[in-house]
Amino acid sequence: MSAQDWAYLSNYAIYSAMVLFTLAFFGHAYETAWAVRTPIASAETEGNLVAKTFDNSRTQKAMRIATAMMILGFAFLFFGVIARGISAGRVPWGNMYEFSITGALAFTGAYLFALRKYDLRWLGVLVSFSVLLTLGTAITLLYRPSAPLVPALKSTWLVIHVSAAIISGGVFLLANVIAAAYLYLDNMESKGPRKVWAQRLPSLEVLDQLSYRLVAFVFPLWTFAVIAGAIWAESAWGRYWGWDPKETWAFITWVAYAAYLHARVTVGWRGRRAAWLCLLAGSTFLFNYVYVNVWGTGKHTYSGL
Amino acid sequence: MSTETQIPELGAVGLARYFWRQLTSMRTALVLLLLLALAAIPGSLIPQNAQNPMAVSDYFEKHKTLAIWFERFSLFDVYSSPWFSAIYILLFISLIGCVLPRSFEHLQASRALPPKTPKNLARLEHFESWSANGNELDTAKAWLKAKRFRVLESDESISAEKGYLRETGNLFFHISLILILIGVLIGGLFGVRGSAILSQGERFVNNATSYDTISFGQITRENSLPPFTIKVDKFVAKYNTLTSAPEDYTLYVTTVAEPGATPKKQVVKVNSPLTFGSTRVYLQANGYSPIVTVQDKIGNVTFQGPVPFLPQDANLRSIGAIKVPDGDPQLGFVSSFVPTYARGADKSAISVFPEALDPKLLFSIWQGDLGLDTGRPQSVYRIDTSNMKQIALDSLKPGEFLKFSEGTITFEDVVPWVNLQIVSDPGKSYSLIGGIVAILGLLASLFTRRRRIWIRVIDGEVQVAGLAKNSAPGLEIEMSEFVAKLKGK
Repeated sequence: MSAQDWAYLSNYAIYSAMVLFTLAFFGHAYETAWAVRTPIASAETEGNLVAKTFDNSRTQKAMRIATAMMILGFAFLFFGVIARGISAGRVPWGNMYEFSITGALAFTGAYLFALRKYDLRWLGVLVSFSVLLTLGTAITLLYRPSAPLVPALKSTWLVIHVSAAIISGGVFLLANVIAAAYLYLDNMESKGPRKVWAQRLPSLEVLDQLSYRLVAFVFPLWTFAVIAGAIWAESAWGRYWGWDPKETWAFITWVAYAAYLHARVTVGWRGRRAAWLCLLAGSTFLFNYVYVNVWGTGKHTYSGL
Repeated sequence: MSTETQIPELGAVGLARYFWRQLTSMRTALVLLLLLALAAIPGSLIPQNAQNPMAVSDYFEKHKTLAIWFERFSLFDVYSSPWFSAIYILLFISLIGCVLPRSFEHLQASRALPPKTPKNLARLEHFESWSANGNELDTAKAWLKAKRFRVLESDESISAEKGYLRETGNLFFHISLILILIGVLIGGLFGVRGSAILSQGERFVNNATSYDTISFGQITRENSLPPFTIKVDKFVAKYNTLTSAPEDYTLYVTTVAEPGATPKKQVVKVNSPLTFGSTRVYLQANGYSPIVTVQDKIGNVTFQGPVPFLPQDANLRSIGAIKVPDGDPQLGFVSSFVPTYARGADKSAISVFPEALDPKLLFSIWQGDLGLDTGRPQSVYRIDTSNMKQIALDSLKPGEFLKFSEGTITFEDVVPWVNLQIVSDPGKSYSLIGGIVAILGLLASLFTRRRRIWIRVIDGEVQVAGLAKNSAPGLEIEMSEFVAKLKGK
């Protein structure tokens, strides 16, 4: 098959993955909405809204289908990323379109991996939606024809540095989604008991711990991504650190998460304050990805986007 | 008689101790960390002298008043500014003040035994008890030793602890950060960084005068430059025929490591620099140098050689200036060069491909005063024509010449130029070691679980309990294994 064929195949795979993620989204949305049951109106229950109950026995199937779609979508996306790499004859991390599809893959992967241990399916709506959003933006706004790399990117470090950065990004974002869920539920609980649909979600304590563990798990990898970047910069640009905007923001993210870990481990922050700090640190990562790639200057901007 | 209230004096020592305690407290460190992140932000939004001096001077032109204020607060030099330095120096002092005492403590505790078994195990987590068989303590000891717990025995109980690596890793991580900073400092003090543009065929001799720009570290001396030479034999650039994007740059050079050494043929690429000891030579940028000869009216050569032109776009349309000061009057050629000539929509010359397929040199000839004697620094790519008048306008292909009122210009040929960046950073290996140790330390400190396990056999009853520090997960599994082992399952 020619490079062109592989590029088309990659595009088809990504479109198919989007269809599957859409199905997953609807499955999760149906499940979330219909698991809350309103009793049939009768004389006793009239006007009694509190009597809504949570019962997901009838929607279990939708949830399982949604997860299956998610796994299938992951497989298609995985194939799409690989095919993109084959068509370009290199790792598929050369421009922002490719970062986005690989990032979506890492994010889905992080979710599915965490699913093996924790029942995170309540997050499915959010995960499938954000993956759809990422892939949609990628294929409409960021798409670039598959092409070889500019000379500066021709290095083994591309594989090492960028894969570490993308995986870290995926996990940081998952931690952020969970921290956001914490804040939302915490707010809800402060006003009274949880709404019916939210009763199935894990306790605040579990969410708090989970987002911390994800960050603690991936912080060394992020450190590694930054250091690998420095080693690569030394061989490509003649200095290992030069306060290039991307480097600066990677450093800011690192410092922010370091502060988060210290706040949790040493000072003993929990709950709201920790969740806010986690969100703050995560937003520096997002800012780095969006701002520096699109509007920024510096050495990390290649071939358009 | 004084009626002042007596306030207990802190004294200089007391005050110093007070500030030291404040500085080395975790809360201060946390604030400093967040401040450091915050302080790094403006440098990524405002152009920086160190990264992009051109953008800074542009900024001065566009926003005059704002730029002056930015300058006052070092906002164009954020990462070497007093306030940024103040934050990271305070942070590192705080870090040292925190890590050193802990390191000594940890070193002393490295052979320490776990604390004695608490009196009342029933109040602790993972408590379990059952009637004894008799040999539980021996089994427990063997099991704990095999699992590499530290063990403190007494007649009726064993206290065991594991996970000292957590603190070791933590300390190594923080110490390695200091090592990285030391590497940065050494690089700043003893490093040299410079760049030179060389046209194909030219030779670079590593002394300060050969550089276009050079900056020495605070302690470096000029004569510390290693005496190597590099001759640029050939530069080959490959471009994508559809997108004009570069695909490969290869530079062929002949190097002599020191006078008298045998010349060596070497290849330089973007990701593989040349190495001479602690000095490395990087291929940074490239462009075209038209080779021109200028003769005066009676045929004397007043200028000859390659002139590096500055690329303006992806297809390497370049601008440049040929200055001929040794003539009367002085001559200047305000020029542009296109490697593959085509006419743009507005009839101007454009380049449609970055390789020199149909090269053309376009210029206007000016005579008068080039202004080179004023002492003001001038761009090598531009000519100040305010004291000159234009006498001709033309274009040439390689091999062609033009006679004009003051002489002749011949466009001999065109060769590529390369910009070599020459860097000596003796501190980088320290930073690298620091970086590696930092990751290892981090892994050890984040993934080691510190926990204690106790067992007591009293009045024919076995009691066990466990405690996980930092509420780390996984102890319940370990405890159930432990209990299963003791019960002989």
